[in-house]
This record gives sequence, C-alpha cells and structure tokens, in this order.
Amino acid sequence: MIGLIGKKIGMTQIYKENGELCPATALQVGPCPILQVKNNEGKDGYNAVKLGFWESKKLSKPSKGISAKAGVPGVKIMREFRVDEISDYEAGATLTAELFSVGEKVMVRGTTKGRGFAGVTKRHGFKGGDDTHGCRANRIPGSIGASSDPSRVFKGKKLPGHYGAVNHTIKGLEILMVDLENNVIFVKGAVPGPGKSVVYITKQ
Amino acid sequence: MKLIDEGVKSQLRTDLPEFGTGDNIDVSVRVVEGDKERVQVFSGTVIQRRGSGASETFTVRKISAGIGVERIFPINSPMIAAIKKNHTSKIRRSKLFYLRKLRGKAARLKRDYS
Repeated sequence: MIGLIGKKIGMTQIYKENGELCPATALQVGPCPILQVKNNEGKDGYNAVKLGFWESKKLSKPSKGISAKAGVPGVKIMREFRVDEISDYEAGATLTAELFSVGEKVMVRGTTKGRGFAGVTKRHGFKGGDDTHGCRANRIPGSIGASSDPSRVFKGKKLPGHYGAVNHTIKGLEILMVDLENNVIFVKGAVPGPGKSVVYITKQ
Repeated sequence: MKLIDEGVKSQLRTDLPEFGTGDNIDVSVRVVEGDKERVQVFSGTVIQRRGSGASETFTVRKISAGIGVERIFPINSPMIAAIKKNHTSKIRRSKLFYLRKLRGKAARLKRDYS
C-alpha cells in the first residue's frame, strides 16, 4: 500500500471526540516527491511508487541523477511503496499529509533505539537476584544449562549481547489528528526509534 | 517540539478562568452513564498544577465525610464542563502537599482578599 516517509518528532497527548485522552506520537510526514513510478509491464515487473524525503544538496551523483530525472530537488532518503494501481501517481508530483485521514489505521516502521551491548536484565527482562540480604547475583544471568548431559549450551539461550537498533514495525496505529499546514500527523501510541529518526508510514 | 505545540493548539481550552494553587474552585465534570449525561460538581482546594501545554493537569483536594479526597484533572479535558473560582488563599509554595498531614482547623488556608 501507498505510504509516506517521515520523521518522528516526539510524544504528546490528544483528546478524542468522546473526551478520551490518548497518548500520541507526532510524525513529520513528507512532503515526499515521487521520484519514479514502476510499472508491472516492462522491465520493472511490478507496480510501485518510489518516494523521496529530506531535501539535501550533499548527495552522490547516482542519487542526484534519480531526482534529476523526475525534476525534483535531491533527497537523502528513498523508498519504494508497492501499489496495485499506478495511474494515480506521476513522477515529479508531491505527496503530503493529505494522504491520511483521522480514524484511519496505519503501519509504522522504524529503527529502535540502540542500547549497545546489554545484559540479560535489560535485554531479556530477567528478574535478577535480590538487591539485599547478601545476594551478590544482582543482574547476572545465572546457570545457562546442565553439565555433562548435554555438554553444550542450547541454541537460542538468552544471554547478554547487542540490543536494539533493529527495524521494527507497529501495525494498526490509529491516526488521531492531521495537521495539513505543517505536514504533521499524530498517531495513537508509541513508534519505534528516538526523536528525529526516519520512519515509514504505510496505509493499511 | 514546536511542531507538536502548533499541532495540539486546537486542543487547548481557553474558555476556563485562570486559577492557581491555593484557590478554592468548583469543577463541573461531565459524567456519561450509558447514553445519558449529567454534570457533577467537585469542589475543593487546588493543591498543585503540573505539566505544560496539552498535558497540563491540576489536583483538587477536598474533605468528604471526614476523609481527604483528591482528584487529578487534565486541564484541557473536554469532560470539564465549567470551572468556578470561589476564593484565593495566601500561600507560600506552589505545591500544598503538607495539607495531607493536617486535619480540621490546622488544614485551613488564610484567605487572600486582595
């Protein structure tokens, strides 16, 4: 489905019409120029719309060439959105927050916050030992298996390691408000990643 | 952050009177029961205001049948039908949590007539 590329701004609270107070994430969506429309027939072999986001002048020559072909300013971020019908889209046009309406459900994909090399308490939610009563195993993983049988550690054992900084998708986020003037949408709930990170918002 | 503030500007309520900590107020709250709606009044002393923008709240404390009752309201909530300011008090701090430990005459605040 068609969507937009955006940037996470931060969180706030928004009232629904029935007075319900909802947590909300503000996302700057677009404006996204259409760089290319891919066609089912011909060499592409599938229907898709290639969108750009984040205007910039410091770009490589190949990426400059892509936007120059569509006649739009250079962009840092590019992404394709697969669509069924391509007749509505034309290279060189711009998609904005008008794409979304209040009450609609969207899917948001982003990169989660990187936590570096994390222990089992943070990474897997292990309880750890007592903080007091002489316990010294406060945040350690404990035993990782039996001894001579099986003589190995089972695959997939939850241990310390790199945590975060992976792509994550949240489905079914409701749009609470659309600010057409600033191209900002507010979705209900949280979105992966820190503020100012790039997110992909897809219609469902 | 600026974009968030601009976006939620339409949510902020400007029709309510100005009030602060120590004021005695009547808060008219909309109560929805099934498909019927009525207004209930909660009156007491404002013991704190916290937060800013869309998420600002205030706490009202009253003594109901000898028991202290506190209620926290989001200040921009559409469930607040009206707020009536009865009188203000002379206070020296912005959070009046010390009132929780006091009973009866000791829990009174000095009226501010100015």
